Amino acid sequence: MQALVIVAHGSHLNPDSSAPTHRHADTIRATGAFDEVKTGFWKEEPSLREVLRTVESDEVYVVPLFVSEGYFTEQVIPRELRLSGWDVSEWDSDGLSADTATLSAKDTGQTVHYCGPVGTHEAMTDVLVRRAETVTGDPDVGEDFGLAVVGHGTERNENSAKAIEYHAERVREMGRFDEVQALYMDEEPEVDDVTDYFESEDVVVVPLFIADGFHTQEDIPEDVGLTDDYRTGYDVPSEVDGHRIWYAGAVGTEGLMADVILERAADAGAEIEAAIDTVREETRDAEATGDVALDRETGTAGD
Amino acid sequence: MTDVRDEQIEALVEQLTSGSDPIDFDGLHAAATEDGYALSTPEGGEYEGLSEADLRAAAGDGGVAPYVTNWYYWEEVVGHRGRHRRAFLRHAEAAHEQTVPERYAALEDGMRTEWGEVVVTATLGAHGERRYEIRHTDDAGVDSGPLNVDSDTPDADSEALDRYDDPLDARELATYDDRGRYRPLKSAPSLVSGWVFDDLDGRDAVETLDVFYPASVANWNREREGDLDVTHWRETAERQTGIYDIVEDLPREAVEWVAQACCVDSQCLKRREWQYEEGDDLAADGGAGAFPCREPCSLVVAAARKWTKLAEEETHTYEFELTPSEKEQIEAIIDAVADGRVDEIREADVYEGANRYRTRYLRAKRFDDKGNLSGTPTHPNEE
Ligand code: SF4
Repeated sequence: MQALVIVAHGSHLNPDSSAPTHRHADTIRATGAFDEVKTGFWKEEPSLREVLRTVESDEVYVVPLFVSEGYFTEQVIPRELRLSGWDVSEWDSDGLSADTATLSAKDTGQTVHYCGPVGTHEAMTDVLVRRAETVTGDPDVGEDFGLAVVGHGTERNENSAKAIEYHAERVREMGRFDEVQALYMDEEPEVDDVTDYFESEDVVVVPLFIADGFHTQEDIPEDVGLTDDYRTGYDVPSEVDGHRIWYAGAVGTEGLMADVILERAADAGAEIEAAIDTVREETRDAEATGDVALDRETGTAGD
Repeated sequence: MTDVRDEQIEALVEQLTSGSDPIDFDGLHAAATEDGYALSTPEGGEYEGLSEADLRAAAGDGGVAPYVTNWYYWEEVVGHRGRHRRAFLRHAEAAHEQTVPERYAALEDGMRTEWGEVVVTATLGAHGERRYEIRHTDDAGVDSGPLNVDSDTPDADSEALDRYDDPLDARELATYDDRGRYRPLKSAPSLVSGWVFDDLDGRDAVETLDVFYPASVANWNREREGDLDVTHWRETAERQTGIYDIVEDLPREAVEWVAQACCVDSQCLKRREWQYEEGDDLAADGGAGAFPCREPCSLVVAAARKWTKLAEEETHTYEFELTPSEKEQIEAIIDAVADGRVDEIREADVYEGANRYRTRYLRAKRFDDKGNLSGTPTHPNEE
């Protein structure tokens, strides 16, 4: 028996933080690729300390739903899961290349394949692009469009900026968008100046965040100039300094994120090829224009 | 109810002929011997030297059949893979205390197990299969309505309970309290009522419980097995890093207040088993919940961080002008907020200190235009 455990931050204050985690877990559960799919949280229940006890399988793939390598993936999660003998050198990572380490859980005796975070996986680049498709309602979006990938910046950890750069570069190499730019909330180049960095009239702005929260729902919309007050909402797209800004909200809410979670588990040895194909197909909804139109009206991009 | 299906007998024969140990389960003894099959139950008598056809006939006998279907349910349907799940389901029909016929009789009426704010009722389905119903304890005796396929649109007009059959639907039910506020602590006694999972198998029943009360079944069973690892306050505090590492500095008496504030039954239905440290128990009541709390939860750690910061402040002597009734009123307001009673105080009940009009009157009278009680500044030196 093999289980998947998705671990995420969660919140004591609102359910939006864990909602995407649950949804991706549901998507993966529906494929039947794992005997069990569970979720565990730093701030919600089951806690990281106890989640493995809710798993009956002996073989567990643990995938952190975090944007970058750092404090949570390197210290908090392994400590709270009680992974015996964990040392960050197990991942032998340059800040972007953590893939998997196989350890034993001291608490339950299970074999745990502890994977790198979703945010640094190459498949995440496809989710950024898919997010652009979803928010514009155009499965071929790219031509005459700019794409901004937005991150926190180095305030909390330097790897966070690395992940942003990495995906921005990969989207650039695809040659699909006219321009691609990495932007940050707390360092140069800043998201406040987004329109200075693009020639294209249309710019899709995608924050590389796992869930929507203060940063993606309040700070960035105001910083970008979509609205003076996030509470009044904003249109998608919104006019800012002669550009049409298509603000996508947290990339982590995109259905295709489930694919990245599966890719992480597959890289760690889980045999789930068929599930990966299913998820890639079933999470595509750019053609389903109904949802997107609705989003535009309410002015709350994404979900 | 207790007739035996062919499939169940075949499983029995298969087990006996597979070379594994003879069956000795809940009173059913069965073995393959050199001169045929042997079978016995406490009420059904003893058989020996049975052919397979004889075995079939004997297994279908009224006194024996319940033992066979019971064996089949526990060993073939539930199995041993999920040790905590199995333990809970056994507990739900008092399998360690009652004989099979006693349980079958009791299951006809339904056997109830309270778990936090929900009650699980085990009943007997066809051929000894068990079915489980889960509902809020407040909904005892309420009828269930039609199956709710779209959880967003429960039938608001109906007095009946909304019916569900997917354990994951419990997630939505557990997210908000009856006033629409987010419930960060799943064991807070604020679970909404008005729903029922009326026909679950054992796996889904435990899965549903695990959504309402995450990890509760596993921790309960580890405790039952004498194997619950309790992590006390000191150890939890010392383990913290990052912004939480300061909680180590919270004084012992403050930890007492934390437990009193957060962990009593009126706030959390888990039974607090953690103490200040091994051999140094807290005086606060741990509660009487069905399942244990084995270490301070993230909510308590986060609140403790705030209290640790607040504990760094020095006390200060203030002088306030208050009438005796006003002093008592302030106490009444604090009590009402702490006990979550504010909403129950009637609009016009000015006899209650925490009544809104009374409170507004006190504010109008005793606050200055900067919001200072009795005009006394909070930081006199900075004024
Ligand atoms: S620490 Fe207290 S509040 Fe938190 S789960 Fe345990 S008993 Fe409940």
